[in-house]
Amino acid sequence: MRCAAPISATSEGALKRLAEFLHQLASGLALGGVYAIMALALVMIYQATHLINFAQGEMAMFSTYFAWKLMDLGEPYWFAFFATVIASFIGGVVIERLVVRPFANAPILASVIVFIGLSLIFNSLAGWLYGFSVTSFDSPFNGRPWFGAGYISAHEAGAVVVTLCVLALVYAFFRLTPLGLAMRAAAQNPVSSRLVGIRVGWMLAIGWGLAAAIGSVAGMMAAPIVYLDPNMMGGVLLYAFAGAVLGGIDNPFGAVFGGIAVGVLGNLIGAYVVGDEVKLSVALAIIIAVLVWRPSGLFGRRLVARV
Amino acid sequence: MAILEAKGLEAWYGPARALHGVDFEVEDGGVTAVLGANGAGKTTILRALSGLIRRTGDIRFRGRPIGALATEDVARLGIAHVPDGRGTFVDLTVEENLRLGAYVRADRQSVRADFDRMFGLFPRLAERRRQQAGTLSGGEQQMLAIARALLMRPSLLMLDEPSFGLAPLVVAEIFRALGDINRDEGVSLLIVEQNASLALDLADHAVLIETGRVALSGPSQMIRADDAVRRAYLGY
Repeated sequence: MRCAAPISATSEGALKRLAEFLHQLASGLALGGVYAIMALALVMIYQATHLINFAQGEMAMFSTYFAWKLMDLGEPYWFAFFATVIASFIGGVVIERLVVRPFANAPILASVIVFIGLSLIFNSLAGWLYGFSVTSFDSPFNGRPWFGAGYISAHEAGAVVVTLCVLALVYAFFRLTPLGLAMRAAAQNPVSSRLVGIRVGWMLAIGWGLAAAIGSVAGMMAAPIVYLDPNMMGGVLLYAFAGAVLGGIDNPFGAVFGGIAVGVLGNLIGAYVVGDEVKLSVALAIIIAVLVWRPSGLFGRRLVARV
Repeated sequence: MAILEAKGLEAWYGPARALHGVDFEVEDGGVTAVLGANGAGKTTILRALSGLIRRTGDIRFRGRPIGALATEDVARLGIAHVPDGRGTFVDLTVEENLRLGAYVRADRQSVRADFDRMFGLFPRLAERRRQQAGTLSGGEQQMLAIARALLMRPSLLMLDEPSFGLAPLVVAEIFRALGDINRDEGVSLLIVEQNASLALDLADHAVLIETGRVALSGPSQMIRADDAVRRAYLGY
């Protein structure tokens, strides 16, 4: 009896550390899911245009404010959620037609400037319309944490489920529907696509719409964790970019894997190695490391030019 | 009656004019061959007809002017273009490539029947239907490109050097299939070929292009009998 106490104290400490570790892992998975969706949005546009949409994060932030406004006006969460997804899709299509299309044949740098301009516009517009102060954003997954032990909050668990639903829907759309096939074709070989009658220009616009729509889901899932403010997606976009680069910027599966991996790694390294304050630099370190040692990413295709 | 007529067709690559007023036509249900040396402008003619490059001139399909239409609208009228290099969607499966051919069609039932017909015409595609199209041999990719184009149910099929880089046996198989398609289904053909003797066997009319201009045109018999053509392009 005498020697039992210290042993149980140690094992209690070990259990506590294990619980803490599992909690970090779980919330890393939830954040990773958000990064994965954002990374997927980046990859969708990259595959079709070979450009990174630097405004993807601010577009998602703006969508999230739209959802917040709807709820502020008294709409129920899921109505606001789906209304935001649809509005974001339309917004993405309109942005492509009005702002991105005119630069389709311009040098890459022109498009990059357009994207940066877009991100500034959305950032200031959100600040002007809604203010720059940090606001809380409701989660539909309130109530008691799932899994009694509380390793994972209800919102985190819900965000993981939503992430999986989005990924399954995107996969089904691209694999199983004629429009999804046409979009893959248009991204891969625009000339051949036009020769079979596919309207490639519209495929690009729909791609922007889809990217904006799934980006809005990422925003709404991230907001209860990182809180709502015009700069909320800056860090998220950086992690998403790190995830996309890690998985291979031209591979949707790689981007999803990379996004989740970056979420988990970032959380664990933030908790155990460098501390929360410099967590964001983990993303930068990953980007640089991948670009130095494996530029095509884990699952990306190495580009070899035949001369 | 002509299904396709071109008068004074001009085309540009950027500021450089590549066609200087080309006239020709394709009979409804007929086969017209476009012959000429490398760089003469044969491929350019097809690209101009499909609107892949800037072009002017009077182009009519079934009497309707199509010179201002976008590429996808030309395709939707029933003009299928098998481009040089075959235009394979290399990362998609053989079956997905074929489904893209039928993308603009709404008649699901007859699409299914057409799939079976294509697999009958090119049995090798049936064996490889789940395979990534980029892993096919050159001949198989050419068959795939023709099958994809035929799934559009075109009334005019334009082919850019279907024999290019292929073994003689494969070329014979492909040209036999093209003959069947023309004879049995009444699809008109416009074939660009370097292999003049092969093309003249299939064609009823031929156009000889030299540096962006028509050097000679007329019935295949006449072209084949022309001394200059015989020496320069048929090699005897």
